[in-house]
Amino acid sequence: MLKRSHFRPGLLPYLLVAPQIIITLVFFIWPALQALYESFYIQSAFGLGSTFVGLENFISLFEDPLYIESVWRTFLFSGLVAVLAMSLALTFAALADRVIRGALAYRTLLIWPYAIAPAVAGALWIFMFDPTLGIVSYTLDMFGIEWNQAVNGTQAMALVIMAAAWKQIAYNFLFFLAGMQAIPPSVYEAASIDGASPIRRFRDITLPLLAPTSFFLLVMNIVYAFFDTFGIIDAMTQGGPANATEILVYKVYQDGFVGLDLGGSAAQSVVLMFIVIALTVVQFRFIEKKVQYA
Amino acid sequence: MVERRPMSDFLTHAGLMLSVLLIAFPVWVAFVAATHDAARMTQVPLPLWPGDHLWQNLKVVLIDGYTGSSGGVPMWLTLTNSLVMALAIAIGKIVISLLAAYAVVYFRFPLRMLFFWLIFVTLMLPVEVRILPTYEVVANLGMLNSYAGLSIPLIASATATFMFRQVFLTIPEEMLESARMDGAGPLRFFWDILLPLSRTNIAALFVILFTYGWNQYLWPLLITTEPHMTTIVMSIKQMLAAAEQSPQWNLIMMTSLLAMLPPLLVVVVMQRLFVKGLTETDK
Repeated sequence: MLKRSHFRPGLLPYLLVAPQIIITLVFFIWPALQALYESFYIQSAFGLGSTFVGLENFISLFEDPLYIESVWRTFLFSGLVAVLAMSLALTFAALADRVIRGALAYRTLLIWPYAIAPAVAGALWIFMFDPTLGIVSYTLDMFGIEWNQAVNGTQAMALVIMAAAWKQIAYNFLFFLAGMQAIPPSVYEAASIDGASPIRRFRDITLPLLAPTSFFLLVMNIVYAFFDTFGIIDAMTQGGPANATEILVYKVYQDGFVGLDLGGSAAQSVVLMFIVIALTVVQFRFIEKKVQYA
Repeated sequence: MVERRPMSDFLTHAGLMLSVLLIAFPVWVAFVAATHDAARMTQVPLPLWPGDHLWQNLKVVLIDGYTGSSGGVPMWLTLTNSLVMALAIAIGKIVISLLAAYAVVYFRFPLRMLFFWLIFVTLMLPVEVRILPTYEVVANLGMLNSYAGLSIPLIASATATFMFRQVFLTIPEEMLESARMDGAGPLRFFWDILLPLSRTNIAALFVILFTYGWNQYLWPLLITTEPHMTTIVMSIKQMLAAAEQSPQWNLIMMTSLLAMLPPLLVVVVMQRLFVKGLTETDK
């Protein structure tokens, strides 16, 4: 969109957009094209030239059982992070929404984990679950549960899910609370005159009216779990034990920087780009819909 | 609430306090660990109540440097690096987005829509996804181990540009008409009218972007190889890696506290702006 009245074009608008366009071209478009280009080539050993191989990198990627496992693992991981973080946040928001006095204080006390870096969150949780010293693993030991995420893949997965969800609760909480506070009180009053109990009101009024917020949050949580949890994984498990926590974004890094498989890593980058584009499109369609109804 | 129910009010508050405790527990454990000496931190069970080594641990981490990690860089240096990086990213993003949004909204010029779409696609490309080629570009430009390499590749931001575009679109047309009648040129109009009108949006965005910049992890990990360019968030990973044999949890947790404190303070102190920034950049 453009303003009805606007300035005459000259050199100025180009100078104004130049910084952003230059940075975008150099650090976004160029690397993305580079990844696309490399994904069609195989680098010979020692980096001496490369051969065009068409879709071979993609074919071998999808024939690689390790990659397919990583895909499923990523879906499992993001699904569980989203469900855990959203259900806890919904509970907290429902409680905070009932409070008249002190709601702001509770909000302050619940939103700050958003500010903590994923890698730092990873350090806190790995300390609590340290197999020999950690407070939680010590307590679990008293109940006869032996905790060691360095050996047990399921426990490692559970641990990164908990740490990732812990950080994301704050974000979901804010949006759920805002959504609940936007519901007019008269709706609740009418329902309670009809004899609806608080639980009934929550189920039949709050939850349906929160559906758009929940959908938006679901997409945002999946994006978060897919791409922003790199620091958590790297600080806690480095994708281990035996790849048990190696999600896609960690595998790109692992294969590209550690394994130095340029073509394979580039093909993975391209696949991830398609996932991001798909998620962005889904989100935009949702926002368009919401604007129409508003 | 619609009806008064003392019992359910009590349960609500109890539930909320339990939630707060649940959320705060990891940080409490870290704080307690940061107040004990190394010997106490090797005895099971670990303490749940603070000890008296807080200042001593702080001094070791902040000034002397943790010797277990590579080089033993003191944390005042990594904190400074993090601060420079976070400020450069936040201010850089705000400045270039303001300028680009101004051009797109207030000027009609050839290629306008092309530029708009070029900015839009960056929304879809988080740095983690295009990590290897972006690293190659930065290495070719000789920007490794520099503040420029740490911040500039992360500066382009479609979300910030879109937000300012929304803000500018809500500013009435009459503003520009009357400013021009008074003889204001494009730069004068930008500086004297648009900037003051977007002040709260700029502040809200700053809170979000500062946190984003401070918490960067993978990018600094790749771009810096020299110890004196380390940021505090990545130094924690180095400590954890060095601690495999004999972890000095009291010092690692002290560093974690230092790493989380600045963005946490910004978010809590500027809570109103934080919420505004979060809801407006994401929606």
